Amino acid sequence: MSMTTILQHCLTGISLGGAYALIAIGYTLVYGILRLINFAHGDIFMMAGYFMIFSLASFPWPVAIIITLVVTTAMGIAIERMAYKPLRSSPRMSIMISAIGVSYLLQNLSTYLFTAIPRGYPEIPILKRIFQMGELSASFVTILTPVLTIILVVILMVLVNRTKTGMAMRAVSKDFETAKLMGININRVISVTFAIGSFLAGVGSILYFTDRMSVTPFSGTLPGLKCFVAAVFGGIGNIPGAVVGGFFIGIVETLLVALGYSTFSDAFTFFLLIVMLLVRPTGLFGEKTVEKV
Amino acid sequence: MIKIKRNNIYTLVTLALLLVFLYWLNANRLQNGMLVSVLQKGVILALVAVSMNLLNGFTGLFSLGQAGFMSIGAYTTAILLIPVQNLDGVYYMNGVHPAIRALKELVASSPELVRIVFPFIALLLGGLLAAFAAAIVGVAVLRLKSDYLAIATLGLSEIVRAIFSSPQFDQITNGSYGLNKIPNFPPMLWGAIPSLITPFIVVTFCIIFIMLLIKSSYGRAFKAIREDEIAAEAMGINLFKHKSMSFIISSFFSAVAGGLLAMYMRSIEAKTFSITLTYDILLIVVIGGIGSVTGSVLSAFLVTAAKEWWLRFFDQPLTIGTFEVPLFRTGFRMVIFSILLMIVVLIYRRGLMGTNEFNWDRIINRFKKRKGGQA
Repeated sequence: MSMTTILQHCLTGISLGGAYALIAIGYTLVYGILRLINFAHGDIFMMAGYFMIFSLASFPWPVAIIITLVVTTAMGIAIERMAYKPLRSSPRMSIMISAIGVSYLLQNLSTYLFTAIPRGYPEIPILKRIFQMGELSASFVTILTPVLTIILVVILMVLVNRTKTGMAMRAVSKDFETAKLMGININRVISVTFAIGSFLAGVGSILYFTDRMSVTPFSGTLPGLKCFVAAVFGGIGNIPGAVVGGFFIGIVETLLVALGYSTFSDAFTFFLLIVMLLVRPTGLFGEKTVEKV
Repeated sequence: MIKIKRNNIYTLVTLALLLVFLYWLNANRLQNGMLVSVLQKGVILALVAVSMNLLNGFTGLFSLGQAGFMSIGAYTTAILLIPVQNLDGVYYMNGVHPAIRALKELVASSPELVRIVFPFIALLLGGLLAAFAAAIVGVAVLRLKSDYLAIATLGLSEIVRAIFSSPQFDQITNGSYGLNKIPNFPPMLWGAIPSLITPFIVVTFCIIFIMLLIKSSYGRAFKAIREDEIAAEAMGINLFKHKSMSFIISSFFSAVAGGLLAMYMRSIEAKTFSITLTYDILLIVVIGGIGSVTGSVLSAFLVTAAKEWWLRFFDQPLTIGTFEVPLFRTGFRMVIFSILLMIVVLIYRRGLMGTNEFNWDRIINRFKKRKGGQA
């Protein structure tokens, strides 16, 4: 393989990784606060794809993007209110099963509403413009994805570290009960977390599907699981970790496909997960936690 | 003592009645095609659900790898059972591995007795292979706790799926084309038990084994681990030994069920054993009650019947008088089904049976009470 081809694949990988990173942040935020693997997150991402298809059919693209993001965010909050809030005091396993149930419901609902036939993702002309850099060529979305990802992460970091809401989020993730006793409105913090997560999943969905052309009711499952792996890889609960994990998995996956091992590219992600959990259960940047007896 | 005997008699009578019903069904199978297929699929899913319950409900290990182990069993059984004359038709793209062909020719030329029991040997081999795989990965994976274990086992089943559908295994698993022309269930005891009833017999034996295991001292150790790992360890229970035992046994029976599923469906492909299958089984376990064997069996039949049969009318257009009710079209059944499921998860949290088992005493008592109330 020549250097140009490798660089070309790396560029695709970085772009895919950016979308993964945005979704992975959603997992990491929710897990950090609720200790819940939000199995429905991948399906929220899939639904965002459909929202974009339908809103772009009747609105110009800037309006359509805003509509998609708002609806996705609202859906994330609504799911939390309906499926997770009633189970707040139940064992963690019930909340996880509820999350699987929501994911099942979203998949069946979208199969019913939009049929299982892949639906073409509309092209946003600006995003698809091709740029030529020496021997490399890339569409605008490929370049935009990593840049936008970094910008959003920086804004998020500022939000988490500098604002009052961010402080409340950090407090809740450290100790749920104590934070509650200190007068933090837990439900509000959790809603904000889900809102941010779903918003980023919406952005990720636009970037991801623009390169993939079509959406099906099941196109959220695998990216969802992979992004969870990315979050674990970087140390769950850690935002920069999720970003690094997302980029890493995106790049390696693209290179594996380029080398002709496409059937193993999904398996690799999970292999990486198992190895990571065994070698360093808290991930690359995770803190050591002590289990209290 | 007398009481226990009475309950045993009731159980035996019920099982005998069920057997009579199955023979009746076998005689009238042409008119009851739907009932037969729902019951057969239900009983297969019941076995997987019970084996998942052994792990998730009784040992407290939240594992989501069932589909992976099922696919190991299904593929092993399918590869061993495809008749030698159909090999070229099945592996038409890449050809079959010479070793498989040689093995099949050996079986085809073996004495009749071997050929009769061979399907059961194939099921057993599938189970053992899965158990072996579980023993190896268990060493690594069982160190993980709750959610991490769930996601790691989910990953394992995806890895198994990727291996089975990879081009490197084309000559064994037929890659992404899948396997077909798998023979149906074999009859047992020289035809005394017709092929329709075979899965029920096999599954009953497996479930009885699991129930006995749960009642034994091992079962009590499993429950102790579920309640509190650290306390269990302090009581002298070898955590690793019991966890891996539960994991291995659960995988074995999942694989046997996978083998039965291959015989039931007659054709399998790697996509059949995706994460969705594990979710389906988990939902059966949840609806039946986590920690109840009879609950899992009951809910396996209910869920299968509801999904494949009773809710079917939601998929057809419905007209009352001249008014065509909107919403009714393909896919609506699954929406209704998932909403029912969310209701169970959110409101009716203990499932059908909670952690209780089916119990004659309770039914008789309820019956007596009602009678007393009327008098």
